[in-house]
Amino acid sequence: MPKELINANPVLHGKKERRARSESTNIDEYAEEPIDQQEIFDVRDIKDPEHPYSLEELNVVSEGSIEVNGEMNYVRITFTPTVEHCSMATIIGLCLRVKLMRSLPSRYKIDIRLAPGSHATEDAVNKQLNDKERVAAALENPNLAEMVAECLAPTFA
Amino acid sequence: MSEIDLVEANLALKEIHKLEGHTDRVWSLAWNPATGDDGHPATLASCSGDKTVRIWQQGPSGSWDCTAVLEDTHNRTVRSCAWSPCGKLLATASFDATTAIWQQVGLDFECVATLEGHENEVKSVAWNPSGTLLATCSRDKSVWIWEMQPGNEFECIAVLQGHTQDVKMVQWHPHLDVLVSVSYDNSIRVWIEDIDIDDWSSVQTLSKTSCGHSSTVWALSFSSGGDRMVTSSDDLTMKIWDTTKNPSEVSGDGNGSWFHLCTISGYHDRPIFSVNWSRNGIIASGAADDAICLFHEQKNDLVHGPSYRLLLKVKAHDMDVNSVQWNPKDPNILASASDDGSIKLWQLTGLP
Repeated sequence: MPKELINANPVLHGKKERRARSESTNIDEYAEEPIDQQEIFDVRDIKDPEHPYSLEELNVVSEGSIEVNGEMNYVRITFTPTVEHCSMATIIGLCLRVKLMRSLPSRYKIDIRLAPGSHATEDAVNKQLNDKERVAAALENPNLAEMVAECLAPTFA
Repeated sequence: MSEIDLVEANLALKEIHKLEGHTDRVWSLAWNPATGDDGHPATLASCSGDKTVRIWQQGPSGSWDCTAVLEDTHNRTVRSCAWSPCGKLLATASFDATTAIWQQVGLDFECVATLEGHENEVKSVAWNPSGTLLATCSRDKSVWIWEMQPGNEFECIAVLQGHTQDVKMVQWHPHLDVLVSVSYDNSIRVWIEDIDIDDWSSVQTLSKTSCGHSSTVWALSFSSGGDRMVTSSDDLTMKIWDTTKNPSEVSGDGNGSWFHLCTISGYHDRPIFSVNWSRNGIIASGAADDAICLFHEQKNDLVHGPSYRLLLKVKAHDMDVNSVQWNPKDPNILASASDDGSIKLWQLTGLP
């Protein structure tokens, strides 16, 4: 963790109300469960790497920034770092990817991108986040893996 | 094969075996070039995110079995594997920054050398045609050339700098000591040994300005004659290059000897991780859209120059296809490896 915070005074936003999850009444465990935007919006509970707030509270992700296509099997997330030179952008992107990789069926293709114009090195960050070899290597790095685990912890609560 | 009119052919790619055993994504495959004929059962090596290498062999009944698991040497993902031309040594490149050399002893494989030097993840390893040189490349942006010495010693004879980002793959020309590297920096570099200064240098860079790729170049493969090369990219295209001229015989006037022939696009809608040219001229591609495509040159378009047509596209795996490799002995057999952890063997049928 850097000694000096990159964004010392982030603007906070409210949390959206959580929809109560209906208990599954489906007896056929092999039936395909449809996945909706709301469900994938669990990524909002990911903790920001440098603040004790969630990505939703910092407005890094919102429901509108998530595109789900169940027929074409893809999920696309655009996220907006709190400041446009935020060096934490790659970590946030990595957290989003790992959360989706672990919660979605494996047939889903996942694209993670910065909101256009939201970051000084947007193209470089996007390229890195969508290079699966780099992502695989990053997740084998104990320090990075630990950071990701810490940020994802609240999503399992 | 190139003489046959494939337009009339009723081609199909039929799954004949599924090899399971890896517990993580399978990154890469390599057929042992010295197997697959009299008395030498066909042998395939695979490497994986599960940190192991598996050796698969065809039994007398035609079934495929895992005959060896090479483990406890690499402590991170094994990204790439390559057999020496004689088939006696297997090189494996790992995210743990090392390249291991394995020798078969009976049914077992023994690690006889570990090549250290790269700063971080080694992504690809390749033997030259004579089996005396080995090339490796890494996220550290460099390409290393190692010379095999007696007693399984490997000496680094060159560290090639030039790429500005990680180097994804290295591959040698099939007949010449010409090395090609492809990179996350979107470029393709051609390297040869300059006898005068006794060192290796980059003689050509194929980038966007030479009709090259606009994003990461993942893979390359030469035609068996070495007169053409195909590259595949994150930009969803494949490019065919004319590689007829020997780069070491072209004077350094700045004009490269290799040039862009045509671009194959519109067939994969996710990054193309692997491309492989069969002995009889069919290009196979494997991509993140879970599909394999096969292409062949269309001979009848003399006006617009060479072009390649799609022969077929199959949804091959449940997840990304990371590697496609034609069997060097039987050019109708294709092996594929996937994020779904499986390896599949395919038979190309319907050839006239």
